[in-house]
Amino acid sequence: MADVMLQFYFRKWKQQINMSNSNYITSVCSVKNGNISINNKIDFTNTENSSAVDFLKSAYSHYQLNYPKFYKMDSLCKLAFITSEILLKTNRITEKYNQEDIAIIIANSASSLEIDTEHQKAISNKENYFPSPAVFVYTLPNILIGEIAIRNKIKGENTFFIFDKFDADFMSTYINSLLNRNKATSCIAGWVDFYENNYEAFLYTVESQHEGFGIEHTNEQLNKLYTNNA
Amino acid sequence: MEELMDKLKGEIILQLNLEGLKNEDIDSDATLFGEGLGLDSIDALELIVLLEKNYGIKISNPADGKKIFQSIRTMAEFINENKK
Amino acid sequence: MTENLTKVYVAADNIVSPLGFTSADNFECLKKMQTGVRLLEHSNISSEPVYASVIDNDKLNTAFSKLNISEAYTRLEKMIILSVTDALNQNKNIDITSDKALLVFSSTKGNIDLLNEEEGKKFDKKRVYLWETANVIARYFKNSNQPIVVSNACISGVLAIILGKRLLEEKRYDTILVIGADSMTHFVVSGFQSFKAVSNEIAKPYDASRNGISLGEGCGTIILTNNEAKVIKTKTKISVKGGASSNDANHISGPSRTGDGLLLAIEKTLKESNLKPSEVDFISGHGTATLFNDDMESLAITNAKLDKVPMNSLKSYFGHTLGAAGVIESIVGIHSMKENVLIGTYNFDTLGVTAPINIIKETKISGVNNCLKTAAGFGGCNAAVLFQKMEAAN
Repeated sequence: MADVMLQFYFRKWKQQINMSNSNYITSVCSVKNGNISINNKIDFTNTENSSAVDFLKSAYSHYQLNYPKFYKMDSLCKLAFITSEILLKTNRITEKYNQEDIAIIIANSASSLEIDTEHQKAISNKENYFPSPAVFVYTLPNILIGEIAIRNKIKGENTFFIFDKFDADFMSTYINSLLNRNKATSCIAGWVDFYENNYEAFLYTVESQHEGFGIEHTNEQLNKLYTNNA
Repeated sequence: MEELMDKLKGEIILQLNLEGLKNEDIDSDATLFGEGLGLDSIDALELIVLLEKNYGIKISNPADGKKIFQSIRTMAEFINENKK
Repeated sequence: MTENLTKVYVAADNIVSPLGFTSADNFECLKKMQTGVRLLEHSNISSEPVYASVIDNDKLNTAFSKLNISEAYTRLEKMIILSVTDALNQNKNIDITSDKALLVFSSTKGNIDLLNEEEGKKFDKKRVYLWETANVIARYFKNSNQPIVVSNACISGVLAIILGKRLLEEKRYDTILVIGADSMTHFVVSGFQSFKAVSNEIAKPYDASRNGISLGEGCGTIILTNNEAKVIKTKTKISVKGGASSNDANHISGPSRTGDGLLLAIEKTLKESNLKPSEVDFISGHGTATLFNDDMESLAITNAKLDKVPMNSLKSYFGHTLGAAGVIESIVGIHSMKENVLIGTYNFDTLGVTAPINIIKETKISGVNNCLKTAAGFGGCNAAVLFQKMEAAN
């Protein structure tokens, strides 16, 4: 009898553990001010560039990222691509999880305004009116999610959000809910913003296992991590 | 013809951001899409803009692009036939 | 997977479009198969004549002036304020000023016309940011929670509804106003023209002779709640049963040739909704009337074993309203469920897609308990959401 009771409580206790469902930030990469950091350590620095795009190109060659499509991307996607490449080399989640269950949830402040301005210029010019389809296609911020998805064959949940500032509370709440409710097994998340030569990328992976970097994915921890990388 | 084809190669490299490629890397008879240069549907639309901007030739039906954009040579021939 | 016991209900809705400024007015027009798309010979959105669904400026300003607002608002914001005001008027149980109420705003381009020098002069520079547009709306309605903005191409609206459902399941909020809005701009029209994607007649979804999209503008508002007491007592209630998004991981603008991405979103949605394909009564499709989109959809629908289910596209009525489309089209689906009327696909004549699907040609009476709404967009994204009708217990 006691044995049965013990088993009952043990099961209940296990259920509770599962209910609390902690998720973890298992790797992080940030790109800002001519610096690239992996898991909080600076990995590449190049402050000699005149423009943000030159810096991104120098990072592209430094990390030997062989992907000709990179040159066709707008600046926002170039930034997202480089950050995601480094992140996913650090932590190969695409090899651990089914591609249909990896989510990509990214936000920024300026949407695609950088390339929007370029398209607006092209259509404002009445004498030389040639709007470019290769520019127009990038006038949606979620294209950067598409680029990451194509490169890594990731097919799960994907959403692009716009916030004034990085919102650790929303990101941690929503992504934890996706993992806890079995909508995703893991997630590539964060912030990628590029406007008027200011750029900032902060991407991280979330998994339910306490692995690698292993910081709990809570509002407080995420905020701390973001501030450290900012 | 050779001159036009060379000019076209330069314009295409620039317009389609084919970083690292030089004119001599592009074979005038190689296919532009799929196997050859690996161009895609957005590139095809950009080539339509290129024809209009640089040569004043309008293509309204993108399906026509298939024949025209087979290779640098077919493009040059099309330009010679349609240039105003 | 554990069964989720929190139910999410539709508490009120509104559509602002050329067909009318209430959901009821819009649905009346749709029943009669009247379209909002027309030929614009001279307009500030296109240098050449173009078919589009555009709200008459005078009508918009007249309706807006009745609200007696002294502050300046953009055209898009006016549509949103009108839409949310009407939705709130439908249901007095909803308190938008409550700290348990949240705005979710879905838009692709927001106030993008402010990039135009002339327009831009009239407002503060930050007004072009989507978060600021959302803040302006939240401030107007005296809601103090930071709004959530979804900007994910043409699936934004469906995603916003799915997000609303998920956030309500987390129970921090009890009311979520999902607002989808995009306005007609030269910015967007010129872009789709450069894509050679704009039809030279009113869009013909799924038709053999379709040759592109018609663009449109409008705003849709759906108020969702997890508190059944806030739903007005009528003989039917509509709940959001499930929803999912996916990515083709194939190309940034071209739809997948196989429809696998959309299929995945549909399968995940049906699974969450605990439904078999045979239990779906109606599909509100994406149906942009481009060659590739409609072919892709037909494959996804067929592979999901939904090819016999009656399906329509509303793009030939409202045009493609981008970030508003998913919300507006879902609202029409909700009214189809409530009234048991399926709207025919305007301008559809002969099926011309890869796999045979069941496109509704003429508006007809038909019972609908489970309605699936699908969407797909640039960036390779797909989404699906399922609405279910329940007969009220009392």
